[in-house]
Amino acid sequence: MEKFIKHTGTGVPLRRSNVDTDQIIPAVYLKRVTRSGFEDGLFAAWRNDPEFVLNQEAFKKGTVLVAGADFGTGSSREHAVWALQNYGFKAVISSRFADIFRGNSLKAGLLTIIVSQEEVEALWGAIESKPDTPITIDLETRTVSYNSTLLNFVIDDYTRWRLMEGLDDIGLTLKQTDSIDSFEKNRAEYKPKTLPVLK
Amino acid sequence: MSKTLAEKIWDEHIVRRADGEPDLLYIDLHLIHEVTSPQAFDGLRLNNRKVRRPDLTIATEDHNVPTLNIDKPIADPVSKLQVDTLRANCKEFGVRIHSLGDAEQGIVHVVGPQLGLTQPGMTIVCGDSHTSTHGAFGALAFGIGTSEVEHVLATQTLPLIRPKTMAINVEGTLKPGVTSKDIILAIIAKIGTGGGQGYILEYRGSAIRALSMEARMTVCNMSIEAGARAGLIAPDEKTFEYIKGKPHAPKDFDAAVKYWSTLYSDSDAKFDVEINLDANELEPFVTWGTNPGQGLPLNASVPNPADILDAEERGAAERALTYMGLTAGTPLKKIAIDTVFLGSCTNGRIEDLRSAAEILKGKKIASSLRMLVVPGSARVRLQAETEGLDKVFLDAGAEWRSAGCSMCLGMNPDQLAVGERSASTSNRNFEGRQGKGGRTHLVSPLVAAATALRGTLSSPADL
Repeated sequence: MEKFIKHTGTGVPLRRSNVDTDQIIPAVYLKRVTRSGFEDGLFAAWRNDPEFVLNQEAFKKGTVLVAGADFGTGSSREHAVWALQNYGFKAVISSRFADIFRGNSLKAGLLTIIVSQEEVEALWGAIESKPDTPITIDLETRTVSYNSTLLNFVIDDYTRWRLMEGLDDIGLTLKQTDSIDSFEKNRAEYKPKTLPVLK
Repeated sequence: MSKTLAEKIWDEHIVRRADGEPDLLYIDLHLIHEVTSPQAFDGLRLNNRKVRRPDLTIATEDHNVPTLNIDKPIADPVSKLQVDTLRANCKEFGVRIHSLGDAEQGIVHVVGPQLGLTQPGMTIVCGDSHTSTHGAFGALAFGIGTSEVEHVLATQTLPLIRPKTMAINVEGTLKPGVTSKDIILAIIAKIGTGGGQGYILEYRGSAIRALSMEARMTVCNMSIEAGARAGLIAPDEKTFEYIKGKPHAPKDFDAAVKYWSTLYSDSDAKFDVEINLDANELEPFVTWGTNPGQGLPLNASVPNPADILDAEERGAAERALTYMGLTAGTPLKKIAIDTVFLGSCTNGRIEDLRSAAEILKGKKIASSLRMLVVPGSARVRLQAETEGLDKVFLDAGAEWRSAGCSMCLGMNPDQLAVGERSASTSNRNFEGRQGKGGRTHLVSPLVAAATALRGTLSSPADL
């Protein structure tokens, strides 16, 4: 995983709440067996609309998506995170994220940042009036800054460390194999097993 | 120290706990399907890793399998590649798989319980947000993303921060014609699609106790639609009885029951939040908008966005009405339907088919619509055929299909056309969920069947 320490880019205002993962990427785009190439499906239904924010020249190069509340609800498809990353987004800012989407994004290295709805509104206002406003996200200091505004956000120490080091969770857990082995020794006998197949 | 049920299960599965780190949780059962697993298996190969516990892992094909002509090769080459990839991965890594044509094939959340693999006190995960279904057995079950699927395959554990707990107390008695689907739709309308974010829900109270196991699964299934990753119900005699005799029921059943009987929230346990719902007051529920929280009793009318105070919600309602092609003030029962879909992990089990068949028996569906009946699993389909339910549906003019997720998410050919309107027993009414431009009203199997007969959204009482 790529390290995330600091990123500066421009923003894309998505003035919608409750953007579910079916909107981020519809199911028909989920048939690929790779992790790449999902950018075509990103917001597929809305991309037909010339007025949609991603179709506006001023926002085409944005790397920071600024979305309404409850972003990423619904299906657990991590493809939603990949589609955003494949398209070029490095971070999403919203006042609330769905739990599974947020978990997926932080595993895959897409930074999801929670700020208040008022702060989202102010950021929307700033990037809509001047789309090339640089937005800097600093994971070290847990801040988002643009113009003269500085926003603090909360992220737990462990996740922050893992993102800044670009560490893969599985590698970290495999260092705990001894604990897993000893846990398994004490598991109850009546817990079901899928093998052998019983009829 | 007194604990809630969720806390008990959580604590019993901690492999490692360290300050400032997520808990490392052991996973008792990992369910797999074709859509969210290929990249996870790829990750294992890239890093030379194995599946740690194939004997705690099981796969089936459900999301994009066809429900017609299942004896022929899958026509869509991209869907076929994904299913073939799952088969090849399972073979390479030694994972049990139930493929199309096998009696145990079906929607992953129907298959686990029917095999008896879903049991109280377990931790169960799957790369699918409706994994919460298994919570009906008093298991801690939740959906995960593909990175986590790979993590569980490699380590049989997940690093997780413990969510808070929310009690949802549903007291009273349901009126005839009101089902567990109406309970959960009413809960979601009450707390909103984000209300459960960060919580594990525990459904409690006399109305929940009175539900059958399959009806409880419907409630837990849609926890995610209220924003919660997991929802559960304390196991009881009904739970034990349901598991008894299933292929993977514990051999030492008494020992298991002894443990299962300890699985309840202690009387003095503290939930972070408690919500109350009066079952006596509930009516058949239906959604009018484009998220599952936009629901109302069937006797109501399409709401007027102008009456909504919150600007954000008002905007969402306006957009929803435009997408749904609805006018404020229209009685919901006047809405004409083009397609009725009976199926999905929410309402595709045998009891759901029985309750709908009872209404359709000896009658014909309206000529203005089509009705798809898609059993949740091949086993459910076989059982229904043994009971003659297939004949009831076919005689009524409905289509009798093979098992899979089907029109719930339209990954296979079962989709709505642009502008087409469905009454669907599934779980999501998102824009385009059942096909690009399709419009979805979520309903119970009873409402689905009554609607099929009348052509407009209806409850059995309208017949």
